[in-house]
Amino acid sequence: MRDIAIVAYQQSDSVAKAGAVNEVELIMPVLARTFKQAGLNSAQDVDFVCSGSCDYLQGAAFAFVSGVDALGAVPPIKESHVEMDAAWALYESILKIRMGHADSALIYGFGKSSPGELPIVLSQQLDPYYLAPLWVDSVSLAALQARLMLDQGMITERDMAEVVSRSRRNAMNNPHAQLSGDISPEDILAEETYLSPLRKSDCSPISDGASAMIIATVEQAKAWGLPYAVVSGIDHCIETHNLGMRDLTDSVSTRMAANHAGMNTGKVDVAELYAPFSHQEIILTRALGLDKETVVNPSGGVLAGNLMMASGLSRVGEVFNRIVKGEAQRGIAHATSGPCLQHNLVTVLEKGENA
Amino acid sequence: MSDEQDVITGINAPVYLKYNFTAGRAPSRFLSQIKKGVLMGQRCPKCSAVYVPPRGSCALCGVATEEEVKLSDKATVESFTIVSIPIPGNPIEPPFIVANLVLDGSNISLIHLLSECVNEEVHIGQRVQGVWNPESEWGYSMDNIRYFKPIDEPDVPVDKIGKLPVTGWEG
Amino acid sequence: MANLAAVVGIGQTKYMTKRTDVSIAGLVREAAFKALQDAELTWDDIDAVIIGKAPDMFEGVIMPEVYLTDALGCNGKPMLRVHTAGSVGGSTALVAASHVQSGTFKRVLTVAFEKQSESNAMWALSNSQPFSTHLNAGAGGYFAPIIREYMRRSNAPYDVGIKVAVKDRLHGARNPLAHLQKPDITMKEVEESFMLWDPIRFLESCPSSDGACAMVIANEELADKASKPPAWIRGSAMRSEPTMYAGRNLVNPQAGRDCAADVYQQAGITDPRKDLDCAEVYVPFSWYEPMWLENLGFAPEGEGWKLTMEGATSLDEGGDIPWNCSGGVLSSNPIGASGMIRFAEAARQVRGDAGAHQVEGAKLALGHAYGGGAQFFSMWVVGSEKS
Repeated sequence: MRDIAIVAYQQSDSVAKAGAVNEVELIMPVLARTFKQAGLNSAQDVDFVCSGSCDYLQGAAFAFVSGVDALGAVPPIKESHVEMDAAWALYESILKIRMGHADSALIYGFGKSSPGELPIVLSQQLDPYYLAPLWVDSVSLAALQARLMLDQGMITERDMAEVVSRSRRNAMNNPHAQLSGDISPEDILAEETYLSPLRKSDCSPISDGASAMIIATVEQAKAWGLPYAVVSGIDHCIETHNLGMRDLTDSVSTRMAANHAGMNTGKVDVAELYAPFSHQEIILTRALGLDKETVVNPSGGVLAGNLMMASGLSRVGEVFNRIVKGEAQRGIAHATSGPCLQHNLVTVLEKGENA
Repeated sequence: MSDEQDVITGINAPVYLKYNFTAGRAPSRFLSQIKKGVLMGQRCPKCSAVYVPPRGSCALCGVATEEEVKLSDKATVESFTIVSIPIPGNPIEPPFIVANLVLDGSNISLIHLLSECVNEEVHIGQRVQGVWNPESEWGYSMDNIRYFKPIDEPDVPVDKIGKLPVTGWEG
Repeated sequence: MANLAAVVGIGQTKYMTKRTDVSIAGLVREAAFKALQDAELTWDDIDAVIIGKAPDMFEGVIMPEVYLTDALGCNGKPMLRVHTAGSVGGSTALVAASHVQSGTFKRVLTVAFEKQSESNAMWALSNSQPFSTHLNAGAGGYFAPIIREYMRRSNAPYDVGIKVAVKDRLHGARNPLAHLQKPDITMKEVEESFMLWDPIRFLESCPSSDGACAMVIANEELADKASKPPAWIRGSAMRSEPTMYAGRNLVNPQAGRDCAADVYQQAGITDPRKDLDCAEVYVPFSWYEPMWLENLGFAPEGEGWKLTMEGATSLDEGGDIPWNCSGGVLSSNPIGASGMIRFAEAARQVRGDAGAHQVEGAKLALGHAYGGGAQFFSMWVVGSEKS
């Protein structure tokens, strides 16, 4: 199989409200920076384009169609779209390169969550006959999950607060972060509960923004003369939608995906985990068996800013950034979809020759 | 389970979601002008095509359209359809004409109503002009123009549609 | 080069206005189960599931794959959701094929569906946005002016669309799964049907259907061992262009021409009318048959309607290049599934498994789908032989 290299990654600032900008205006500046980083001019210079977005975030059908207006897609381009996080658009693009139909690809994800009430919007992702009519929102489901863990003595509220505190402090080095600061676990614990047992700070903020990436075969990356990180493995797995049938305190599918992606064949220097709630970072860290040798969420993770439909791709981008800067040799990126970590994707990245 | 139980063929589960819609930066600039009765297009810095209503980018080049260009409310019929079925949420009674119209000075068609016309006589290349609502009713909307109506100007040949200057068509 | 892959199982539901007897999950499972039965496989034999449908607003379920994983036996496996507007059924099949053609998986299941009766598709398509004129008149309102422009350019006689409407319904009458069953339809009946979006009459438009279509796609080793003949994927291509740009050819979009050229080149096709035995092409409004005949290179520009009028595309008239033998989108239209049905029906033809609408001896067939403002295209060519 052909080895895949990541050569460029850019994201917008993660902001609570992008204000007047529409989807095209959200994407265009990020794409322009991504092309510049790779020394390319437009989507005409790559062989394939794939994006991730969700119509219901902004409340209009075919939101992704306007994304095409940002690409300069004349003459027509090879292009596809997933109604998922763009991490899955990365997955689709990798298959396309592996099968030999492309040597390079642009992947982007975007979301404007601020126009709607995101937790309520996500309630309509549930079983339409039994669960969606109850309007169980995504934060309440996560709160149930946290409660299970607390009551079984698997975590304490302090453990959760420590995750948040570390996220805020790490995010001080992330210029795109929405929430950052020198905040102690005690500060977090002093907050009142929001949806018990969760405090507001245990939940990722609602964010607007976009991110984009360019990948290529290793041969193409070398021909471009760009520093790169190699995607040595990528896999994903979904679990039952029936929350009552899952052990919500574990993430079996994350572990399966990581094993298939070959995470355990070497040391993991850095891990970027898509944990929209503090206790979920603990679930994921444990499910993956990560220890002190691994730096978890040095960007602050999605607790510092959660670009729906782009955050999964951004995790990969954050690991890429650290590898090309020489801060890490090998790392993993995780993406999630569905309530309480139902669907999980793991990418393993390694240092390329030029990095 | 009893065999006589009714088969459930549906449940009612209405979905209500509230959104604070924003138009986008480029559309907002257009809308604030149309509130004043001005049709303002935006020009692509690369290929010079003028878009109206602007959506934020030149779709051909993938770049932002910044420069503003004042347009005429006269237009040419690029194509049209006579709609005879009612559309959910659409207040207009059928039959009505929906036309692709290119405003003088722009290069992209917009969709609007044609009225004050004999439906059977509407044709491609026909010249039309906007009929505005009273100024007191103007808002941030293309609906400030109630519809377009035919005007007494010669037809535009098909190869010239979409290429007229803002000064219009002399025939 | 891509690894060889083939369709080894196909399952479709009966298409109809309302499937009140099944849930969304029941609908997709029915098609998927039939595909597994056709391939003589079980859920355990499947490595990944790739699902597609048109906008979530059609059913009001956000990212429905999240809820459908149980119905599709996907727990513990990868699941991917594709959405490329109306072309989605075709692109989903292509993404599924890439799972195998990349050598990553041995055998995958792909499903596309729409349960339009659960919501109101016309509403979802015409959902008015603030600040814009409330003129959206559904898909017909968008495509009617383009058809009018085609009629002007080609000088085609007024009844070409009527002829296609009759031809595809007669084809559909041979296919027990087709939604519309009109074996006695006449030109007069179509001509006298209500003019919805002039020049599109009621009977020149597709119906609104519930339904799902599924396929099992396997690698060369497994396809060689399949009990029924496989349909080998000989070429696959996708193209996109923006909805609106200055000078865009809406009647004969470049994305469609480029996509066809790409897929023909892969399959070694130089003259599609001669080299292909039949085609399943996305024709939701009857006039799109002559338009796509030109766009796909079966006829020179401006002359597609001549093939239609000569009966070249009709099974009943013994045409040399039958189009939409299954009845096409004009006979059944579960939107998100419609593209995959085209791809699956092309595969049925080359497997010799198309029942009463079989083109005798079909060896090479085209499956085609398009979506958005005729801007997203996906196509594949399948054959009874590997090369």
